[in-house]
Amino acid sequence: MTRRPGFLVYGLLVAFILGSVFPIYWSFLVPSHGNDILTDKVPPLLPGGNFFSNAQQVLDTIPFWHALMNSVIVSGSVALSVVVFSTLAGFAFAKLQFRGSNVLFVLVVLTMAVPTQLGIIPLYMAMADFGWAGHLQAVIVPNLVSAFGVFWMRQYLADAVPSELIEAARSDGCSMIRVFWHVAVPASRPAAAMLGLFTFMQSWNDFLWPLIALDQNNPTIQLALEQLQAGYYVNYALVLAGTTLATIPIFLLFVAVGRQLVAGIMQGAVKG
Amino acid sequence: MTRLPARRPEATAPVAGRPDRWSKLDLKVSPYVYVAPFFVVFAVVGLFPLLYTAYVSLFDWRLGDDTAKFLGAGNYTELLADPQFWNALLNTVSIFLLSSVPQVIVAVAVAALLNTNLRLRTGFRMGVLVPYVASLVAVGIIFGNLFGVNYGLVNSVLDMVGIGRIDWQANRLASHIAIATMVNWRWTGYNALIVLAAMQAIPPEMNEAAMIDGAGPWRRFTSITLPMLRPTIIFVVITSTIGGLQIFTEPKLFSAMPGSDTGGSTGQFQTVTLYLYQSAFDNQRLGYASAIAWVLFLVIVIAAVGNYFITRRLAR
Repeated sequence: MTRRPGFLVYGLLVAFILGSVFPIYWSFLVPSHGNDILTDKVPPLLPGGNFFSNAQQVLDTIPFWHALMNSVIVSGSVALSVVVFSTLAGFAFAKLQFRGSNVLFVLVVLTMAVPTQLGIIPLYMAMADFGWAGHLQAVIVPNLVSAFGVFWMRQYLADAVPSELIEAARSDGCSMIRVFWHVAVPASRPAAAMLGLFTFMQSWNDFLWPLIALDQNNPTIQLALEQLQAGYYVNYALVLAGTTLATIPIFLLFVAVGRQLVAGIMQGAVKG
Repeated sequence: MTRLPARRPEATAPVAGRPDRWSKLDLKVSPYVYVAPFFVVFAVVGLFPLLYTAYVSLFDWRLGDDTAKFLGAGNYTELLADPQFWNALLNTVSIFLLSSVPQVIVAVAVAALLNTNLRLRTGFRMGVLVPYVASLVAVGIIFGNLFGVNYGLVNSVLDMVGIGRIDWQANRLASHIAIATMVNWRWTGYNALIVLAAMQAIPPEMNEAAMIDGAGPWRRFTSITLPMLRPTIIFVVITSTIGGLQIFTEPKLFSAMPGSDTGGSTGQFQTVTLYLYQSAFDNQRLGYASAIAWVLFLVIVIAAVGNYFITRRLAR
């Protein structure tokens, strides 16, 4: 099994990855040249020099920084909250004995199958009643917990925390919350980082619910992008400059943590 | 508090060495406190909305209405006779099939490629994950541009090789293919990693034994790898069913008239969720939209259960 694969395997994989990257590269190529390349018979393959002027125009057209900040606030608080509540509940399900824990855990797993998207109408009505429509909490609050997160942390903590350690801490007189803080939290760090990252990206990419809950003056970055192409005449160089600008932060994140993201997806797949 | 350490000199003490009342209470109540936030928040923002959707669906509930009229099953009977709904459902199923079937096949193939002893292993794995990270809205806009009728790159290439231009927005099947392409582009690599994880969990002894018995690579793949992957493939198919039947962002952004919710001039690529959105927020019929949500929910449950049995048979 230690034989290196042949040229064919590398060729196919490289082709697949080029196909994966090309649309994103194209979305940078157009604004770096301008709309003209869309009508060219043979479009150029190397970027031109117009990107910054198009990017500047994006910043003048939509509240880009405001939207970016909103997305950071929304995704950051959702990720933080999901991690905290999932670690707490995951720890309880993995390591503590309590009446009804099995039934409750089955309930958590079952809720994973409920598409929360389908509850958007009552949620919208509730947000309107609370006066939250248009405010960021309307996007944050419905996503504060995640069944997947509880499941994920339980699976991880079941192996990661030795029960003897908990017993030892208990018999030393540690209160439950101190056991959680000093034993479970340090052990959960890799899984928590993974979950946080996942949740952040998911929330960053959410479109349907922010579209309903927020208005145009206070958008997330996804909504701002959509605003760019609304209208009769679409300036693609401008729109694609916007998508590129919005993609840069998430790609920097990916470059920094992509290795862990890959490991996490694979680990979750085996356990899940 | 005069809480003393409960430790005894004779070590190996059981958990509750000599708990005082506070500690006992702590032991008993803490687990419930820790799991409570999930259940409370889920009940408020997940379960309640779903049930309340069922309630709203029984009324002629307009946006901003104070006195909704009770209709009973009225919305549902109207829905079942509504050609636009059936059109949307057909589109959804068509897009879903065009996206999930090739996606699972290619994901297994890519996973098999990644499961070799590659140089730069992590680099390749990260490479296939790039589309998953890209923002969905950006992807929608980019593919909308690539599949443009007059200036789209796809049509330019088709023109060059002599196939001729296709009106990706107006032609029904073509629009479904274009939308499915976005979905496939985004999710194939992610699913390949999940399948890869399952492949790596297959004990190598099984392959070695088969090799000794004279089984070639293809035989080993179909007789060992595929059957061992069955649970994972079921998982991938069911998650893509749940996601695929709710598809919204891609068709919403694919329209030649940006911002419209009709899914093309004749609804040729309007999906159920898009129709739900249009009914609720353009037509302001919340009751009717709620009925759509519940019917869609049932369709998803039926499809997921059906898929489970089909996949279980196929991958045997």
